[in-house]
Amino acid sequence: MNKKILFLSTAVILSLAFVAATSIFQTQQETKENELANNNANVVSRSGSPSKGAADAKVTIVEFFDPACETCAQFYPLVNDIIKKYPGKVKVEMRYTPFHKGADKVVAMLEAAHLQGKFWPALKLLFANQQGWTRHHTAQPEQALQLLSSLAIDKQQLQTDMMSEKVANVISQDVADAKTLEVRATPQFFVNGKPLTRFGYRELIDMVEDAIALAY
Amino acid sequence: MKNTDTSASVSPAWLLVFGCWLIATIATLASLFFSEVVKLPVCVLCWYQRIAMYPLVLMLPLALFPFDGKVIRYAGVLTLFGALVALFHVLLVAGAIPESAQPCVADIPCSETHLNIFGWLNMPMMSLLTFAAIGVLLFFANTKINRGHLE
Repeated sequence: MNKKILFLSTAVILSLAFVAATSIFQTQQETKENELANNNANVVSRSGSPSKGAADAKVTIVEFFDPACETCAQFYPLVNDIIKKYPGKVKVEMRYTPFHKGADKVVAMLEAAHLQGKFWPALKLLFANQQGWTRHHTAQPEQALQLLSSLAIDKQQLQTDMMSEKVANVISQDVADAKTLEVRATPQFFVNGKPLTRFGYRELIDMVEDAIALAY
Repeated sequence: MKNTDTSASVSPAWLLVFGCWLIATIATLASLFFSEVVKLPVCVLCWYQRIAMYPLVLMLPLALFPFDGKVIRYAGVLTLFGALVALFHVLLVAGAIPESAQPCVADIPCSETHLNIFGWLNMPMMSLLTFAAIGVLLFFANTKINRGHLE
């Protein structure tokens, strides 16, 4: 009998230790992420980034995203819903973090479309047909480009801009900022400069609602 | 003499196998903590070592209630396999095995370490020491049982 007690109590102690260690680590991590964002508040947002919502909105969601990322595609309508739900109060700003293979070229297409004021229709189209231009988590830029040619867009200009230094600079700035903020996965959200530390749609809404309550 | 003791007494062999389970469970939880909570990347060699370590957590208790000394054979094979992979991994990290011998995917190189305590205690080293400790305990458990047979 005492053998069973020894075994079971050990198993319980080890499980509790694991849960405690996880909880301690996550709390520390959240503090660290908040500090990091605080110390680098100037790099969370970049003027000229594609944005949606009222320009004078007091709550800004910054989303570091990858067009080839499936979760980003799933979050796209959800973030739109948030903007619609709080008209004039919330805006979203998009920043490029091409983590997937081949996504760097697709991101360049998006920025080139942005120069023609067509970022949002282009992104909507890419997310809606993500399966069509990604294969095994690898982006196929040629197919993405073909998809975008269905938009009312100057295709020649798009192709020129894609390769331009201007677009490359914007992307490398976003990638550098993501690195500074230690963005390791997409989508990564910041609400008024604070990182979303526990990922999830409900968590994002809670954070936005708290920010609205604070600002208005 | 019968090895499966039904009494409340704790035999040395039982305690040794219990010790193996304890070590394997701590190692398993630690590896899960680093990969799932701290989110350190897991390379291919780490997975091979996990294949040897994780089953021990479930397998050894079955041999504790009631005690079954045969488990030393089964656990011993896994421990030996795990120790060999860990040794290979340690040598790879130390640079004793050239890069080209690496069986790793490009994304997560096995020659990189993410945790270095005292400058030498990295993950593969911990893994090797853990497998070695389990191996030693299993060996002594086996000796105890064999001695029990002779008496």
